[in-house]
Amino acid sequence: MHEYPITQQIIKIAENHAREAGAEKVKAVNLVVGDYSGFIGDSIQMYFDIISEGTLCEGADVRVKRVKPKLRCESCGTYFERKLFSFECPACGGEGRPTEIGKEFYIDSIEVEK
Amino acid sequence: MHDVMKLDVKENIHSENDHIAEHVKQHLSEDGILVVNVMGAPGVGKTTTLKNIFPHLKTKKPYVIEGDIESDIDTVDLRNMGFDTYQINTFGACHLDAPLIHDAIHHMDFDREGILFIENIGNLVCPAEFSIGEHVKMLISTVTEGSDKPYKYPLAFEKADLILINKCDLLPYVDFDEEFFVKGVRAQNEDVPIFKVSGRTGEGFADVAAWLEARDLG
Repeated sequence: MHEYPITQQIIKIAENHAREAGAEKVKAVNLVVGDYSGFIGDSIQMYFDIISEGTLCEGADVRVKRVKPKLRCESCGTYFERKLFSFECPACGGEGRPTEIGKEFYIDSIEVEK
Repeated sequence: MHDVMKLDVKENIHSENDHIAEHVKQHLSEDGILVVNVMGAPGVGKTTTLKNIFPHLKTKKPYVIEGDIESDIDTVDLRNMGFDTYQINTFGACHLDAPLIHDAIHHMDFDREGILFIENIGNLVCPAEFSIGEHVKMLISTVTEGSDKPYKYPLAFEKADLILINKCDLLPYVDFDEEFFVKGVRAQNEDVPIFKVSGRTGEGFADVAAWLEARDLG
């Protein structure tokens, strides 16, 4: 359910860009999805196949590049993936702070047929 | 043979939602309305928290949008208590988004300065991902949920502007490790105010109301 409205939005953005370029068909949609974005690539593809029927995106591949969230150590500046129940930096034992890495949720590019 | 070409898009999928959220926030700011996105798992006491805050508001009028998957139980309750409340039912959707709020505020009459409390769907995941035009994200956690929630649902705690720990009257009966909870919050959100409250005894809500009334619309 969660991915349904977001997939409608993906199709809308992809169609707009394809039309602007005078394309007839979208062959692939390349997404960048951080693990903290809360969206699941497989679910998006499932909804995409249903919602895209009759649009320029019908039959297009949805390719998802996942990004693992990283914290930045406030003591030594190291970027690291956190362990469960911990925010500790593996390099110096300092405290990691959240960053924007892992929250990505955008269409990177589309592949279209002219 | 068709030519296949790659087009750079680089467009955030939330951009339309965020644009509408910004519009809602600006519109309500001009009317002197602070918008509070009330988030928390089912049963943490979101509606009870509102009922406890309202009597302590000294200068601002409370307005409410109730978000529920189904039913209008909380809305009927709040209206019976005399509060302006608008019901949104999402029929399955797990969070509120900006277009829903944009539509709702056009059905409401903001006759004087106040605070619009938007009670989001009971869920600790999706509501944190969608802006709905709020100035303040108020996250409610409880001593009965356990102290590991900041570690298990990091985004909600990272994005919160205000955190309430509800059901504190039950502290003697549950194994809630407050130090571990606060450590998990502070690692992600250094300065967020944390208030300990009890919906049952009313403890702590005067401070929450005072904090909200002092919050500017910037």
